[in-house]
Amino acid sequence: MSILVLVEHSQGIFKKKSLEAVQYAAGIAKAMGTSVSAVAVGNVSDSEMQTLGAYGAQKVLHTTDGRLDNFNSRAYAKVVVAAAQKESSKVIIGLHDTTGKAVMPRVAARLQAGLVAGAVGYPDLSKGFVVKKNVFSGKAFAYVNISSDIKVLSLMPNTFPVVKGDGTASVEKLEVALTDKDFSVQVKEVSKASGDVPLSEAELVVSGGRGLKGPENWYVLEALAKELGAATACSRPVADAHWRPHGEHVGQTGGTIRPNLYIAIGISGAIQHLAGVNGSKTIVVINKDPEAPFFKAADYGVLGDAMEIVPRLTEAVKKYKANQG
Amino acid sequence: MKILVCISQVPDTTAKIAFTDNNTAFNNQGVTFIINPYDEWYALVRALELKESGAATAVHLITVGKADTEPVIRKALALGGDEAIRIDADSNDPYLVSLQIAEYAKSQGYDLVLCGKESIDYNSGSVGAMVAELLDMNFLGFVYKIDVAGTTVTVTREIDGGEETNACELPLVISCQKGVAEARIPNMRGIMAARTKPLKVVAPAAGAALSNIVAYEMPPAKSGVKMIDAENMDELVRLLHSEAKVI
Ligand SMILES: Cc1cc2nc3c(=O)[nH]c(=O)nc-3n(C[C@H](O)[C@H](O)[C@H](O)COP(=O)(O)OP(=O)(O)OC[C@H]3O[C@@H](n4cnc5c(N)ncnc54)[C@H](O)[C@@H]3O)c2cc1C
Ligand SMILES: Nc1ncnc2c1ncn2[C@@H]1O[C@H](COP(=O)(O)O)[C@@H](O)[C@H]1O
Repeated sequence: MSILVLVEHSQGIFKKKSLEAVQYAAGIAKAMGTSVSAVAVGNVSDSEMQTLGAYGAQKVLHTTDGRLDNFNSRAYAKVVVAAAQKESSKVIIGLHDTTGKAVMPRVAARLQAGLVAGAVGYPDLSKGFVVKKNVFSGKAFAYVNISSDIKVLSLMPNTFPVVKGDGTASVEKLEVALTDKDFSVQVKEVSKASGDVPLSEAELVVSGGRGLKGPENWYVLEALAKELGAATACSRPVADAHWRPHGEHVGQTGGTIRPNLYIAIGISGAIQHLAGVNGSKTIVVINKDPEAPFFKAADYGVLGDAMEIVPRLTEAVKKYKANQG
Repeated sequence: MKILVCISQVPDTTAKIAFTDNNTAFNNQGVTFIINPYDEWYALVRALELKESGAATAVHLITVGKADTEPVIRKALALGGDEAIRIDADSNDPYLVSLQIAEYAKSQGYDLVLCGKESIDYNSGSVGAMVAELLDMNFLGFVYKIDVAGTTVTVTREIDGGEETNACELPLVISCQKGVAEARIPNMRGIMAARTKPLKVVAPAAGAALSNIVAYEMPPAKSGVKMIDAENMDELVRLLHSEAKVI
C-alpha cells in the first residue's frame, strides 16, 4: 500500500527535485497512514539510495539494467508499473519534468489511473483526492479530483522547500522483465548541458530583452547571473535575432519556467512573455520606461538604464555575499 | 506514411481568464478560441511539410471536442491536411481524451501521430505519451526537429538537462515544440478548400473520465510593485533576502 515515487539521478547523485518528490510522497503517506517506497533506475550506489531515508523514504527499489542508462519512456514506465504492483501502491508520484512527462502518463494509462500532471499542492483527502495544479499557463489554478482507485501525480519541481531529516532507507533489488521492444528507440547522440543548471530547473533566473540593445551588452547580465548562480533567459525577439541561443527563449512559444526569482532586464512584459514566467515566485523588473507593462506583474521594480543598474546590482550582490561569509 | 495530427482548441493567449458558477467553470464569454499553438505551428506544419516532400501520403487531423470546436478544426484544415475527425466528447481528463484518440487511431493504421508538447489551457503535457501507451507505440517527447527517411524517423529532443538525438522505426508518437517547423499563415485558397474538406464526426468510444476539475482559483493578486531607487541596489538585495526570501 506504500506510496511509490520515481526518483531521478544525474551520474549517481539524486536530483534535488527528486528529494522534493520523496518529501512530498512522505507528506501524503503520513496523511494516509502508510509508508514511502522509491524506485531508482540505473547506476546508483547503495549508500546514495539510503540517503533517501532522510527525506522520508523507507525503502528504495533498485533496477539495474545497462539498457536503462539511456532514458526511454516505455522501459521506465514498465519499471514503475512493476514497482507499483510489487508495493500494491495506490498513489504513484513522479516529477513534472521531461522525464516524468513522458513516463507518468504511460504509467497512468497502463494502470487506468487518473493523472494530475503538474501538481503544486498536497492532495485534499477530505473531499476525495483533490490536487491543485496550474492551468492557463500559470494564470490560474485548478483543483482536480481523481476518482480512480490508483492515482498518479507529477509534482511541479520547486514547489516545496526541501528539508533534510534523518533516517535511512533500506534497498531492495527490483527485477523487471524488459524486452528488446522496450528499447527500440536508438540513441544517436546525447549532449548534456554541462555544469550549469538547466533553465527549466533553475531557482534563480536573469533574463534580458531587446532593451539591452545587442549581444555585445549581455556581459552585464551574465556577470549578475554568475554572481547569483542564476541561469540566463531571454525574450523571443532576442532569440529570433540570434543574440542568444533559442534554448533561452521563454514565453508562450518558448520555455515555461517557475523559478523563485526572475529578474527581467529590458523586457517590456508582453502577455506572451508573461505566459512563460508568471509562475515565478518573485519578479524583479528593471526597465527605463515607467509605463512598461511588466511593472504590473512585478514584485520589485527599478526604473532606469539597465547598463547602469545591472552592474550596480551585481556589486550589491557581491557585497551581500561577502557579508554572509 | 499516414500521419495523424492531434489538435486541441484553447483560449487565445491574450484572453482574460475568469470563471463562473462559483468558480467551477471557465467563463468563455467573449473569449476567442484558437488552435493550441504547439499543435498548429509545429505539429501540423511539420506534417504538411512531410506530405509536400512526398514522405507522407495523408495528413489527418483529430480533435476531441463538442460541435463548438468545429470552427477551430476548420481553421486547421485551412492550413492543410486531407480530412478532419472530431470525436464528439468533451473532457479535460487526459486519459479520456487519449483513449478517444487511441481508439480512433487503432482502426486507421496511422504510422505517425504528432501532437503538441502541451495544451496551453490545461497544461498537462500528457496526451501524447498516453496515446503512445494505449497504442503500444514508442513516444518521443519535446521534440525540436523531425526527419523521416523511409520508415526511420530521426528526432532531436529535449531531455532532462540536455538534448538527445534518436532514431526510431515507425509507428511512433511525437510531441512537438519550437524548432520543429516555422508557423504558416493560411491563405485564401486554403480557406476555400477547407470548406469542402471532409469533417468526420465520430461517436466517442466507451470510457469514463478518471479525473475532473472541481474548482478553479485565481492566484492572489500581486500586492503591487515596490519601486526601488536605482541608486540603492543594496536595498533591493536586502529585500530579496529578508522579505522575498529568494536569495
Ligand atoms: C503569438 C505570439 C507568441 C509570442 N511568444 C513570445 C514568447 O514566447 N516569448 C516572448 O518573449 N515574446 C513572445 N512574443 C512576442 C511578444 O509579444 C513581445 O513582442 C516580446 O516579448 C517583446 O520582447 P522585448 O520585451 O524583449 O522587447 P520590447 O517589447 O522591444 O521591449 C524592450 C523593453 O526594454 C526597455 N528598455 C529599452 N532600453 C532600455 C534600457 N537602456 N534600460 C532598461 N530598459 C530598456 C523598453 O522600455 C521596453 O520595455 C510572441 C508574440 C506573438 C504574437
Ligand atoms: N481534446 C483534444 N483533442 C485532440 N488533441 C488533444 C486534445 N487535448 C490535447 N491534445 C493533444 O495533446 C497535446 C498535449 O496536450 P495536454 O496533454 O492536454 O497538455 C496537445 O498539444 C494536443 O496535440
